Amino acid sequence: MGSITVTNLGKAYKQYASRWARLAEWVIPFSKPRHSQQWVLKGISFTVNPGEALGIIGINGAGKSTLLKMITGTTQPTSGSIHIAGRVAALLELGMGFHPEFTGRQNAYMAGQLLGYSMEDINRMMPQIEAFAEIGEYIDQPVRIYSSGMQMRLAFSVATAQRPDVLVVDEALSVGDTYFQHKSFDRIREFRKQGTTLLIVSHDKQAIQSICDFAILLSGGTLAMHGEPEAVMDYYNAMLADHQNQTVKQVTTESGKTQTVSGTGEAQVVAIALLNKNGTPIEVVDVGEFVRLRVEVQANAPIKRLILGYAIKDRLGQVIYGTNTDLKRQPLSNVPAGAHYQYEISFPANLGPGTYSVVTALTSTDTHLENNYEWRELALIFSVINLNKYHFAGLAWIDPTISIQEV
Amino acid sequence: MMIGFQRALWGYRGFILGSVKREFQSKYRNSLLGAAWSVIQPLAMIVVYTIIFSQVMKTKLPGTDTTFAYSIHLCAGIISWGLLAEISGRTLNIFLEHANLLKKLSFPRLCLPVIVVLNACLNFAIILGLFLCFLIAVGHFPGWPVLALFPLLAIQIAFSVGLGINLGVLNVFFRDVGQLFTVMLQFWFWLTPIVYPVAILPEAARSIVQAWNPMAPLITAYQDIFVLGQWPEWGTLLMPTTVAVAFCILGLRLFRKRASEMLDEL
Repeated sequence: MGSITVTNLGKAYKQYASRWARLAEWVIPFSKPRHSQQWVLKGISFTVNPGEALGIIGINGAGKSTLLKMITGTTQPTSGSIHIAGRVAALLELGMGFHPEFTGRQNAYMAGQLLGYSMEDINRMMPQIEAFAEIGEYIDQPVRIYSSGMQMRLAFSVATAQRPDVLVVDEALSVGDTYFQHKSFDRIREFRKQGTTLLIVSHDKQAIQSICDFAILLSGGTLAMHGEPEAVMDYYNAMLADHQNQTVKQVTTESGKTQTVSGTGEAQVVAIALLNKNGTPIEVVDVGEFVRLRVEVQANAPIKRLILGYAIKDRLGQVIYGTNTDLKRQPLSNVPAGAHYQYEISFPANLGPGTYSVVTALTSTDTHLENNYEWRELALIFSVINLNKYHFAGLAWIDPTISIQEV
Repeated sequence: MMIGFQRALWGYRGFILGSVKREFQSKYRNSLLGAAWSVIQPLAMIVVYTIIFSQVMKTKLPGTDTTFAYSIHLCAGIISWGLLAEISGRTLNIFLEHANLLKKLSFPRLCLPVIVVLNACLNFAIILGLFLCFLIAVGHFPGWPVLALFPLLAIQIAFSVGLGINLGVLNVFFRDVGQLFTVMLQFWFWLTPIVYPVAILPEAARSIVQAWNPMAPLITAYQDIFVLGQWPEWGTLLMPTTVAVAFCILGLRLFRKRASEMLDEL
């Protein structure tokens, strides 16, 4: 139970030139097809053995949702086939079909019935659903007064009330507070231990690497890579970076100034990398790890005074820390055209777990208002994970020593 | 093919019954009188028609002598027409209405029309019950012929849902179908002897209506039961029965053939 075999799977949507073309194709006997097929997914094959966990990665529009829809059976494949042994549960659209006027309990019954459970099944599961959701008295209140987190708690509890043979999880799971996130992930891990096959779609490197045995990368509707989660994730990140550069180039040639890279171009950052203490480029940093940010700068024209500034931003774009060589009293003067410099910025990554980006700026003074040679957003993206420190909250690692005295 | 559908639906009987219950409840959920409204509305209709036609206008149906005959004639026609209008009208939009559910969750799609039918039957049962009470009150209960309602309703429900599924699938691809049907329903209503007795039509028009309008023999049969207390003429029901069966088979075939394409379109 729980194996998934996907063979040469493809999905195409019919595209008609107009509504009339469809009518013509339907009613005119023996008429030639009047539609073109638009393939959103093509030639996908993979196998997941019972009890294994597979991660599915890809940028928006790569075909992940279509693949999941076909696996859960809401959409029919155009070509190829899917064989699944056992019961499939999907955590895709939590709270779908909840009726705002009815109580949480009534909605739980309805959601259960929609999953094909009988009344007796749900009666039996209800106490456990209530206990897991931990929404207390609210269970008998109408869902319309629930917060979105509470709705999601209830929906998750119903969807996972019984261990399925195959569990399909979409990144939607990241809704809810961290407490419940942890709780739900624990339940998923527990299912996994008991032999449930897992399919996870996520952009979260940590989630993919910590749970999955394998990962597949979808790109433009095809299977771009299939292998170890770490390798696939790296490939994906490289692809993303490449993608970003392309957009940057496109936008700069068309409009001359962009949000992402702007500046007059007398100097530019030609390479940037984050290195660990052995000098190896890394993308994932442990909390507190000593790292070096290596920035290579090239001057395209003679520059009187060159300052390099950088800042580390969190995923919401808030600057966590930023400084420049003017503040550090290390400006370069009278830089000739064609000169090439390598900056090495060493610091301990005293950051909380999460994703961060680096923005770089090449200017002549402290501010970038006067001579803005180059301003580069998202020059580098890295994530911080907590490998061996105590769990903590926040964006900065400010490790304390705590002394307690009874007084 | 039928066996497969039936088994899938049976497996989801909990969902179907639950949905029917919830839909009925949700209609009156935030009202003070609650389910009483489902009685008040049809009661008002019966009362209004009776007062206007039998008391105010003193309308007499040709060939009958009671003052209530016309209002019974009208009510019999309107409530059974209402059943057709509710089932086919709602099945017409059922796939569009539940597009989100259909796209996101995997369950037997045919649950949806079944829920519509059961709901319509529930509403109809309330109205019919009131109507029968009214008939008893005015001393006009038809007696044994009332049993003929069961086969009549079976034919009419099959006809309505068969038509509704055909139109419902088409409506996903061509929204014109929904618009067109609402317009057609108006014409259809007046081409059916509901307000007027079929006898007042000219001979030529009457034969066309009876031969081509499946609802005409059905409505006439209801009126035979309620107004005249007679068993329907079974021979006239052959045409509606054939059409009903044909619509159901066509509807299921169309649904099966287009189900996956329909989901892509929603």
